[in-house]
Amino acid sequence: MNAIIEVRDVSKSYGGVAANTGISLSVDEGGITGLIGPNGSGKTTLFNSIVGYHPIDSGSIKFESKEISKLPVQAIARRGLLRTFQQTRIYGKMNCVQNMLISLPHRKMSFFDAFSRHGQQDYERTDGLLDFVGLYEKRFLRAGSLSFGQQKLLEFAMALMNEPTALLLDEPTAGINPTLINGLIDRLKRANTEFGITLFVIEHNMRVIMNLAEKIYCLAHGQLLAEGTPEQIQNDQRVIDAYLGVH
Amino acid sequence: MNKRNLILYIAILTATVIAPFLFPDFRTQLATLWLMIIVALTWDMTGGQMGYNSLGNIFFYGTGMYVAAVIAIGLVYDVGAYTDAAGGQIFIFTEAQYFSGLFLGVIGAGLFCSVTAVVIGYLTFGLRGPYFAIGTLGVAIAAGELVSNWDWVGGGQGIALPVYPGDFDIGKLLFYYLFAGVGVVLFIFLKWLYSTRFGEAINAIRDDEEKAEAMGLHTLRYKLTTWAMAAFFVGMVGAISAFQLIHFEPLETAYQTINLGIFMVVCVLLGGKGTLWGPVVGAILFHVFKEVTWNYLLGWQWVALGALIVVTVVYFQDGIMGWLMHRRPEWFGIRVEEKDTAGA
Ligand SMILES: Nc1ncnc2c1ncn2[C@@H]1O[C@H](COP(=O)(O)OP(=O)(O)OP(=O)(O)O)[C@@H](O)[C@H]1O
Ligand SMILES: [Mg+2]
Repeated sequence: MNAIIEVRDVSKSYGGVAANTGISLSVDEGGITGLIGPNGSGKTTLFNSIVGYHPIDSGSIKFESKEISKLPVQAIARRGLLRTFQQTRIYGKMNCVQNMLISLPHRKMSFFDAFSRHGQQDYERTDGLLDFVGLYEKRFLRAGSLSFGQQKLLEFAMALMNEPTALLLDEPTAGINPTLINGLIDRLKRANTEFGITLFVIEHNMRVIMNLAEKIYCLAHGQLLAEGTPEQIQNDQRVIDAYLGVH
Repeated sequence: MNKRNLILYIAILTATVIAPFLFPDFRTQLATLWLMIIVALTWDMTGGQMGYNSLGNIFFYGTGMYVAAVIAIGLVYDVGAYTDAAGGQIFIFTEAQYFSGLFLGVIGAGLFCSVTAVVIGYLTFGLRGPYFAIGTLGVAIAAGELVSNWDWVGGGQGIALPVYPGDFDIGKLLFYYLFAGVGVVLFIFLKWLYSTRFGEAINAIRDDEEKAEAMGLHTLRYKLTTWAMAAFFVGMVGAISAFQLIHFEPLETAYQTINLGIFMVVCVLLGGKGTLWGPVVGAILFHVFKEVTWNYLLGWQWVALGALIVVTVVYFQDGIMGWLMHRRPEWFGIRVEEKDTAGA
């Protein structure tokens, strides 16, 4: 399979803290790849590096075979590489429908398109996707008044609205009611198969990631510790030690 | 637009047209009311809709005044000689010269201010929150100081424009209709703008600019365009004010940071940030409050004004429209809608 995201030897430190050291990995086009690791192991930092949220110290990051490590966040997003936030970010004072409409892909939009209104098909897509994540009834409520879990679902729907080629999800099931998690796994899989979006997912919930991903990378102390299929990762002694805090 | 709204808008438009005839003694106050509405609406474009609280919009007002003066005078005479003369030489403007100066001055002021907004915006839009407010305030203060030391435009003495070449009362009427015309055009323009994808984009920037960037929005482009549009209208009304006042000074009139520069913010806070009607309602209430206290509470007017600001900021943070939205969310379309009732 083709690699759609290629990370080569990427390092990033915050002052004295080496958050990522010499990380190399690749995300297969059309698949679901997982990223795990203990708290503070550098997972979010790596996501931030990939989407251009901050400049990296060294290394190379390619998306669809093109170097993107020098591009600003917006330019990378417009190429179809999108991320959601661990802390969940939505537009709080706008209602769910508006949150969805503003998430329509901006790569297809010229300056003058901004002075037009939305067509019927935009509203239909909005309704369809809000229904897909189970927020249809809440669509005229302010996004800021939704619960954390609902905001997480809204953010996911907004990402789908943007029609990305690849989507990086930072802990999509955090704060979601356990009884709803199976439904969410199902939706993530459908986003991958039905909409053809490549997923790269950070997840703490082992059951979720083992269920979802075809390939998993594990970070510890800012370095790549292990990679493999869910079975290989589950049985890897280094991974087990890292999670149990044994060094 | 439904029928009730249509009737409401026609009524407001009619009132706008006949107001100076109903209250002929208050023509200047009514013109000033429109000025307040315009500066409040334009302040809200960045402050309320986009989340960038500028304290420097008065810069465009003052700059509009000076640009208009330079154009109107420069079309006929040498500006340096004009400001140098100090009454020794008499400068005469024909009616045609006056009106072409007025027309070109107002348009030129708007365009010039748009361009400066892009330049200043490019330098200041990297600042967030209070830093943006203080940064823009700094621009307005610095501009006032610079202009008051610039003899070519009259220095600290200010500059005098040609006087309206006709009947004094007709002149008052003309200025009223100029302000009202700009105000009505601005209101219609914003009603349309806020209904487009552009309006959504600046709201997104207000709610979470980092998210907007992560979603691929051209954030800087939206910010610059918004401020340039606001500056266009503020520059135009600055120009109209210049012709209305005839003589103006750099610090007290043009770059009046603590008067109009702050009043426009108070109007918006009073009426409700980020709404179309909030700045209008706020400007009307504020103007009435100010006229009443200035006339009946002489000596205490600034205390009353300060008290109004404190009460607004402490107890009424979302303004009148915000309070209404809180009380009557359904009026603003905030509701839970079950699936089967949709589309019915
Ligand atoms: N903006 C920042 N400034 C300074 N240090 C940071 C910053 N962001 C992250 N760090 C540090 O970098 C390290 C890696 O953090 P990161 O957020 O990438 O971890 P993570 O794997 O996503 O953790 P978690 O599972 O808790 O989300 C941590 O030690 C953290 O303290
Ligand atoms: Mg993290």
